Amino acid sequence: MVSGTPQIGVLALQGAVAEHARALQAAGAEVRTVRRPEELEGLQGLVVPGGESTAIARLAAPVGLMPAIAQRHGEGMALFGTCAGLILMASRVSDAEALEGFDRIGGLDVVVRRNAYGSQLDSFTDQLDVQGLNDPLPAVFIRAPIVEQILHPEVEVLAEAQGSPVAVRQGRMLAASFHPELTGDHRLHQLFTEMAGQ
Amino acid sequence: MTAETSNGNGAQTGATTVNTGLAHMLKGGVIMDVVTPEQAKIAEEAGAVAVMALERVPADIRATGGVARMSDPDLISGIIDAVSIPVMAKARIGHFVEAQVLEHLKVDYIDESEVLSPADYTHHIDKSKFKVPFVCGATNLGEALRRITEGASMIRSKGEAGTGDVSEAMKHLRTINAEIAKLTSMSEDELYVAAKELQAPFQLVKQVASDGRLPVVLFVAGGVATPADAAMMMQMGADGVFVGSGIFKSGNPEARAAAIVKATTYYDDPAVIADVSKGLGEAMVGLNVSDLPAPHRLAERGW
Repeated sequence: MVSGTPQIGVLALQGAVAEHARALQAAGAEVRTVRRPEELEGLQGLVVPGGESTAIARLAAPVGLMPAIAQRHGEGMALFGTCAGLILMASRVSDAEALEGFDRIGGLDVVVRRNAYGSQLDSFTDQLDVQGLNDPLPAVFIRAPIVEQILHPEVEVLAEAQGSPVAVRQGRMLAASFHPELTGDHRLHQLFTEMAGQ
Repeated sequence: MTAETSNGNGAQTGATTVNTGLAHMLKGGVIMDVVTPEQAKIAEEAGAVAVMALERVPADIRATGGVARMSDPDLISGIIDAVSIPVMAKARIGHFVEAQVLEHLKVDYIDESEVLSPADYTHHIDKSKFKVPFVCGATNLGEALRRITEGASMIRSKGEAGTGDVSEAMKHLRTINAEIAKLTSMSEDELYVAAKELQAPFQLVKQVASDGRLPVVLFVAGGVATPADAAMMMQMGADGVFVGSGIFKSGNPEARAAAIVKATTYYDDPAVIADVSKGLGEAMVGLNVSDLPAPHRLAERGW
C-alpha cells in the first residue's frame, strides 16, 4: 500500500486528543484531527480517544461520523480505541442505556461494560505485561470499561489486569481500557503506527 | 499530589495521574450545573461530559442571599444514580469536612468553590489529603499555582458566576494566559522573582515557564450563557467550559445545552455556531458585573 510516514487521525469531538496526537507524532506518524467524515479521507489509521462515550456518540450523530468510520475501516483504515474508544468500537455494550439510539463504530467482537471499576475513587494505575512488549507498560485506568466477554476467536488478548482483558487486537483494530496517551511510554502508539502503515 | 493507596498487587488508586487524567478526559466538553436528577439526565442527554450537583444554581444563590453550603447528600446520591457521566459537587472554600463527606459519597470530583460561602477566609482545603480529585477557581496565575500546590487536579477560571456576563471569565482567562506567556520569556534568575511575586513554589513556576501551560487542565467558568460564549472561550485556549445558571435559567434548557456542547466542539467554525444558535429562545436574563456592588462579587472570594 502506501509507503513512508503513515497518516493517522485522532477523532477530536471531545476528550484526550492532544495527548494522543503527541504520542503518535513521537511514534513517527503524521497526525491530523478529525471532526467531520470528509476528514477521514486518506487516513491509514484513526485513534478514537478517551473522553465521555455518551458525549462523543451524541456529537458524532448529526454528521454521521460513526458509520463513516466503520465504512473507512472496512476499506482498510486501522482503528485504535482507548477507554471511551473501546466502548465505541465494541460490538456490544452491556450497560448501553445512555448510548441507546446513537450509532457506535462497532466491529470489535467483545462485550464491554462502562465504568466497570466504580467511581473515580476506584480509578488506578498499574504496570501491565503486554504481549509483544519486553518490559511492563505503565497503564492509567480512569473510570475504565472492562471487557466482559470475547465473542470471536479472532480477538487476541494482549494484556490483562485483575483477571480481565484490558488490551485486545482483532485484525486492524487495537483497543485498550486504559490510557497509554497519559504516560511517556509510547510503545502501544508505536505498535499502532506500524499496524496502520502495513 | 493526592493521597495514594496500594491494593497490594501493584495497582494504585488516588494517584495524581488518575486524578489529573480524568480532567484530560473532560477536555473539549461542557460541564453543567444541575439541581435535580431530572436536570442531570437532560444534561447527559444533551452531551455534557460531567454534571455539577448543587442545591441552587449561582443565579438563585445570588437572588436568595444568605449562606450557601454543600448540597444535601440525598440530592447528590440521587444525581450520581441518575447518570453514567462523572458527577462533581461543590464544597465551601476551606471546608474540609464538607469535602470529606463528598468523598464518602463517591463524587468523581470536588469543586472547592467561591460560589458557596467561604468557611475559612485564610486557608483553602489541603487537597493533598484526599483521594478524590479537586477543581478550584482562579482569577490569575498565582492563584491557580497556589491551588495546584495544595493538590488541585484541575483549574477553572472563576468568571462571575450567576450573572450571564462573560466579561469576567474573559478577563481571568486572558490574565492567566498573559502571565504564562510572560513566564516563558524569562531567564531562570528572573523566575525566582516571578515565583516570589506569584506566591507560588519556584519548581512549579519553572515548570510552567518551560511548558508554556499549566500542569493541569484549565476550564473556564462563570457567565457563559450562549454557544458563542463557549466557542469564544475555546478560541481563547480554554480546555473546556463549565455552564452554571446559563442552561437551566434559560427558556429552552434541552436545546441550549445541546447547542453549547456542539459549539464547544466546533468552536472555530462560525457556520456551526450560527446554526446551533438559531431559535434557542430566551437566554438567562443576566446581570452586568459592573453593576454588582463589590461585596456581591464572588470571584473575589479565595486567596
